[in-house]
Amino acid sequence: MPRRTDIHRIFLIGSGPIVIGQACEFDYSGTQACRALKEEGYEVVLLNSNPATIMTDPDLADRTYVEPMTVEVVEAIFERDRPDALLPTMGGQTALNLTVQLAKHGLLEKYGITLIGASYESIQKAEDRELFKQAMERIGLKVASSGSIRSKEEAIQLIERIGFPAIVRPSFTLGGAGGNIAYNREEFEQFIDWALVTSPVGQVLVEQSLLGWKEYELEVMRDTKDNVVIICPIENLDPMGVHTGDSITVAPAMTLSDKEYQYMRNAALKIIREIGVDTGGSNIQFALNPANGELTVIEMNPRVSRSSALASKATGFPIAKIAAKLAIGYTLDEIPNDITRVTKASFEPTIDYVVVKIPRFTFEKFQGVDRTLTTHMKSVGEAMALGQTFKEALQKAIRSLETDRYGLVSLHGLDGMIGESAIPPATLERIQAGIRTPTSDRLWHIADGLRIGLSVKDIFELSSVDPWFVHEIRDLVEFEARWVREMRHDLGKTFSPSILSNLPPNLCELYETAKRLGFSDHRLRQLLSGEGEGVSCRNTSPGAENGMVFKRVDTCGAEFEAHTPYLYSTFGSVCESNPTSRKKVMILGGGPNRIGQGIEFDYCCVHAAMALRELGIETIMVNCNPETVSTDYDVSDRLYFEPLTKEDVLRIIYREQPDGVVVQFGGQTPLKLAVPLAGEGVPILGTQPDSIDRAEDRKRFSELIAALDLLQPENGSARAAHEAHIIAVNIGYPVMVRPSYVLGGRAMKIIYDADALDRYLDETGINLSKHPLLIDDYLEDAIEVDVDAIADGEMTVVAGIMEHVEMAGIHSGDSACSLPPNSLDQATIRKIERQTIRLAQELGVIGLMNIQFAVQEGRVYILEVNPRASRTVPFVSKTIGAPLAKLAMKVMMGNKLADLGFIKRPSFSHISIKEAVFPFTKLGVSDVLLGPEMRSTGEVMGIDQTFGWAFAKSQASAGMPIPLFGVALLSVKDGDKPATLELAKRLQKLGFSLQGTKGTAAYLSEHGLEVTTVNKIKEGRPHIVDFIKNKDIALVVNTVGGSSSQDDSAPIRKAAVFGGVPYFTTLQAAQAAVLGIEAMKRSPLQVQSLQEFHRLVSAQPKP
Amino acid sequence: MKRALLALADGTVFSGEALGLEGETTGEVVFNTAMTGYQEILTDPSYKGQIVLMTATQIGNYGVATQDAESRKIWAEGFIVREASRQKSNWRASQTLSDYLQEHHIVGIQNLDTRALTAHIRGQGSQMGVISHLDLDPASLTQKAKASPPIVGRDLVKEVTCETPYDWEEGTLPLLDSVLPPNSSANGQSTFRVVVIDFGVKQNILRSLIDHGCQVHVVPASTTAETIRRLQPDGLVFSNGPGDPEGVPYAVKTVQSLIGWKPILGICLGHQILGLAHGLPTHKLKFGHHGGNHPVMDLRTRKIEITSQNHNFAVDLPHQKLYEVGMDLQRMTTKMGEVEVTHRSLNDGCCEGFRGLEHPVLSVQYHPEASPGPHDSRYIFAQFTTMMREGLHV
Repeated sequence: MPRRTDIHRIFLIGSGPIVIGQACEFDYSGTQACRALKEEGYEVVLLNSNPATIMTDPDLADRTYVEPMTVEVVEAIFERDRPDALLPTMGGQTALNLTVQLAKHGLLEKYGITLIGASYESIQKAEDRELFKQAMERIGLKVASSGSIRSKEEAIQLIERIGFPAIVRPSFTLGGAGGNIAYNREEFEQFIDWALVTSPVGQVLVEQSLLGWKEYELEVMRDTKDNVVIICPIENLDPMGVHTGDSITVAPAMTLSDKEYQYMRNAALKIIREIGVDTGGSNIQFALNPANGELTVIEMNPRVSRSSALASKATGFPIAKIAAKLAIGYTLDEIPNDITRVTKASFEPTIDYVVVKIPRFTFEKFQGVDRTLTTHMKSVGEAMALGQTFKEALQKAIRSLETDRYGLVSLHGLDGMIGESAIPPATLERIQAGIRTPTSDRLWHIADGLRIGLSVKDIFELSSVDPWFVHEIRDLVEFEARWVREMRHDLGKTFSPSILSNLPPNLCELYETAKRLGFSDHRLRQLLSGEGEGVSCRNTSPGAENGMVFKRVDTCGAEFEAHTPYLYSTFGSVCESNPTSRKKVMILGGGPNRIGQGIEFDYCCVHAAMALRELGIETIMVNCNPETVSTDYDVSDRLYFEPLTKEDVLRIIYREQPDGVVVQFGGQTPLKLAVPLAGEGVPILGTQPDSIDRAEDRKRFSELIAALDLLQPENGSARAAHEAHIIAVNIGYPVMVRPSYVLGGRAMKIIYDADALDRYLDETGINLSKHPLLIDDYLEDAIEVDVDAIADGEMTVVAGIMEHVEMAGIHSGDSACSLPPNSLDQATIRKIERQTIRLAQELGVIGLMNIQFAVQEGRVYILEVNPRASRTVPFVSKTIGAPLAKLAMKVMMGNKLADLGFIKRPSFSHISIKEAVFPFTKLGVSDVLLGPEMRSTGEVMGIDQTFGWAFAKSQASAGMPIPLFGVALLSVKDGDKPATLELAKRLQKLGFSLQGTKGTAAYLSEHGLEVTTVNKIKEGRPHIVDFIKNKDIALVVNTVGGSSSQDDSAPIRKAAVFGGVPYFTTLQAAQAAVLGIEAMKRSPLQVQSLQEFHRLVSAQPKP
Repeated sequence: MKRALLALADGTVFSGEALGLEGETTGEVVFNTAMTGYQEILTDPSYKGQIVLMTATQIGNYGVATQDAESRKIWAEGFIVREASRQKSNWRASQTLSDYLQEHHIVGIQNLDTRALTAHIRGQGSQMGVISHLDLDPASLTQKAKASPPIVGRDLVKEVTCETPYDWEEGTLPLLDSVLPPNSSANGQSTFRVVVIDFGVKQNILRSLIDHGCQVHVVPASTTAETIRRLQPDGLVFSNGPGDPEGVPYAVKTVQSLIGWKPILGICLGHQILGLAHGLPTHKLKFGHHGGNHPVMDLRTRKIEITSQNHNFAVDLPHQKLYEVGMDLQRMTTKMGEVEVTHRSLNDGCCEGFRGLEHPVLSVQYHPEASPGPHDSRYIFAQFTTMMREGLHV
């Protein structure tokens, strides 16, 4: 069937900010959908509040709205743009939920909008747990015994029937948010409370736990002619009980016989037909009882998902792109397979390699969080690796994670052992517990279990991990022991780290076996000497009989020729990389998402690839994150899906011989490789490694600042506790402290007094003589400013100056900011601009640079200089309408800013606010106070003509819409009280009634305001938390000083966050909120597309 | 690990590790792209004369289960895999793959670059090969590969067909009830008497017939038309089997004389023999179709089914290439009357099925009985029973 001609303009919904459970995979799917629809000649109108996405690039859609993803906003868009159809399946749960809301509000009917991809009925059937269960029973499939409840009373009745352990699962949430396993009545009641709050419709499913069953996922596609294909069967290494997003997953399924697989496939076909997903992709999860093959359906997502992104990257079959084409009427047999070119999309990919995905966690940033993995997702990213065997893929995936583990490193100092029985009972117990309880370390505990002589059966009994996987891990651990034994035997004590580059012939075979098993040189060295430093990278020439080669991902197991160079390394005899002799540049990506390094950097890498393509230069992308746009084989000329370690990257460089390597777009991951790669003679493009070092090395940086006669906060570094006290006193409290070896604000803290400093040293337990403590003057009440600039060696252009809403001291990634600055005067702005230009010149920046300034009483301090792409590059680009990363890439290739037409800071009349989004509710974080350590997972942008509206939009987009009336609860530290008076007056004028804790209330009533006093927690009940929990409060303003008052007030903030009550922990943010309320009361909501905003920006670069 | 070599007739040699029984084996090397079902593949008599190379890299993980065999033994001449699991992990598994290979005297090779080998066969075509654990001299092994007789024109059917007729009574095994779909149209009663001419039949064809309410009687390939007529069946099934259809002229003759007498279902080799019986020539494909992911269009419904395939030969069509005729229904006059091409491969346009317009003949190149592979095409058995019931062709 040809494409539909009855629709012309399609409305596409993105997935909003990056949160746990919804990450860049939906930028990948949304971008593919946009491109596919545009390619077919449709107009695309797009809504996504996340500016860091490729899909919101203004040239991808006809109208791009970076606006709150609410019913009101969509109605305003419908009113302006009158789309004919809505494609709801590309933007994750967010898009699906918003679509349901639109249907419920009658807006689809009112504006005559057709849903394509999935009907309202099928969404309901798949998402409503009760309807889904009924549907499954109709087609003779089993689901876990369950029931859905809307109140605690119903829940308690239900649990009598289901029994423990039971899974508590709220309806319509993403990433299984709010889900848990309850083992007893007490836990159950607690989880029910949370789940009822988490579910947007107040409905919760309680179901029988299938703990220990094997878990599988099938990615299914269907077209209008009812052709159905399975793209990929995925098997979870972690059995049921761990959310699939938190599980190690493997493709294809490893332990299913054909009989079992076909039964599952048949079930999947029946399900997609029964649910009635007309076109596009769905993801269906199954549980299988390992004892008798009994099959149970867990759930179905009637949309593309994180797993479909994984399946796309795992097979080379672009699910989202095909799903978009199916949605507009094509059938699978009409769509060509891009990779083979001769076959059609109507087939089932076959995989001649093994794919392993391992999730990435960042628990270390959240104190006191439960690290046990359960049915709600806790990971923030993932890495994927391909190898010819499971063992090889597993080891590659481990080093792709960048957790400084290059293999199955022992957590208990047992490396090189096997079947060791002389183990202290405490260690044995720790290992057994680590195997029994699912955490991010379980895989390593299993390896240790094998090292101390636990059998495969023991480990299966403790963990329910399929014995096949345990055997595979055992093979690796056994080899490690053999490696140590034979190397030591042959080389004795003469072993030196350079040995791998010059092995005696009798050990070459052993080394070859190691490489076949996927070992990195780093790990092999580590096993021998305890040190992993220095890599030999014995490069095997393409002519060699066996060695490390590159193979292509081709969807068809080599049955047809692959035309797409989507490559992975493996041990083999024939290399398929076939490098070209074109001029080429290699871009190193950012690896797995984590807090502090996410989609923004992938955005930059993708732009770099686009720029190179425009310049006619071949691009080679290297990355290992399956969620991203950068790992779409369409984005670059050649894609290497590989770990970003020195050895793995060098192997590609040796094979490809690129003219240059780009390290400044992918965040810390590639930046860390700059110096080691340069040391191997690899040409680094743009700003040189030495300049990067000058900006990162504290001593050299201070010299730089002094040489330029600029200011930086007073600082020192302490190698002993008493030194730390002396430095702190000399600088004067409060001070900012951090250990010297960490990145991204890890363990960074503001210290208010000597006691707190002692406590900090105690808690972090750092060895000061090894890692000195860095102490900085904490500039109180300073305004923090972020600047992004581009330099070409001759000219530096400041692209954007952003003023943080929160005062300095809060990590820039967590702080809201305003572009252009909201309160800075012209003189300060000019000063900042001048300093930026001088720093860029002095550092010889070629490409992007980001500087963080603090402005205190008119003085401008430099906090940090990063000669690389920053997190704010996409935000600035979307605001000013200039693709900064693309410009930077061109500059790095020798173009001049003047020639590119980007010669001065653009001016414009709109205002953009960036706001951060936090994972507090998903992780159950106990204190949500912002600080110098970054904890946000994503960001949104609010854009409007006034600061007030832009801020209000940013809050709505972040999921905390500012209320227009109700009770405002104020509890502020003494220093903030005078300013709070002003704030309270305005709130009262806006119609809010005021409540305050004792001190705050007293101060406000002294100054003539009507305030009700509420109890602090220690002052008896009902207290402040009770009021918040009872939803009597519309907004909370809570600022605190020293750490003891921080601890006291933590429950207040927690109650607000978990109760969904807007809260502000800084006075500046509260003031911005008041501006927002004033704006919203003054003028109605207006939406405008980025294309419209950009038309009014001056000084745009040439296209 | 013991070394092993694989030499192809064109002189290409791959080195790997020994798998299965220690020894040496010769056969035509073909690759199969199925990700599951190695046991079904090994025991499929159609692989007589061939060494099977699996493109999926981890083979043997779920061991072998007695119920999953497609015949009483392994027919493949040898087995090539990237990595054979030493363990078995499945509730139904009774044996590890390597024990199974040993027991059935199968010589194999593993830990070689199977993707490179597959690409080589794709480029150069299927050819004879020798796996050896004993002779590790590449030149001598290549010589043996060159000297071994190719499959074309050989009668491999006589090596795999049953020796004497027998009745088959087992449907889909009760043990697998929870694992197989309730696809049966029968209510436990046998309505049709079917004679299966065994060219190397897969047991799942027999089970599927039972599931569809048939009484099944299997006869050797050499059974004469006269004998078959005396059995007075309601329908005939010409089964799958190994090798070149032109190698079994006696079967072609038998089939020819039965066309029009009773409804006929041809599968795989049976389909090719039916083709020859109609006067449609067959040809050898470059590297065949072997796998579980082959898209086939039913030209009448325009729907795609994902099929299980295993064939090196195909029935010629006047316009073989997909792009020359598109996917239109194509009618042809043959010496046995008019036929209609009903199925074509979406990958290369190859004829995957035809039916008689004057006689009740239903013929498919792929495997509607699956095992291994998707069950999308089981409707063929229902069409066959309809044809028997209504005395018409469907």
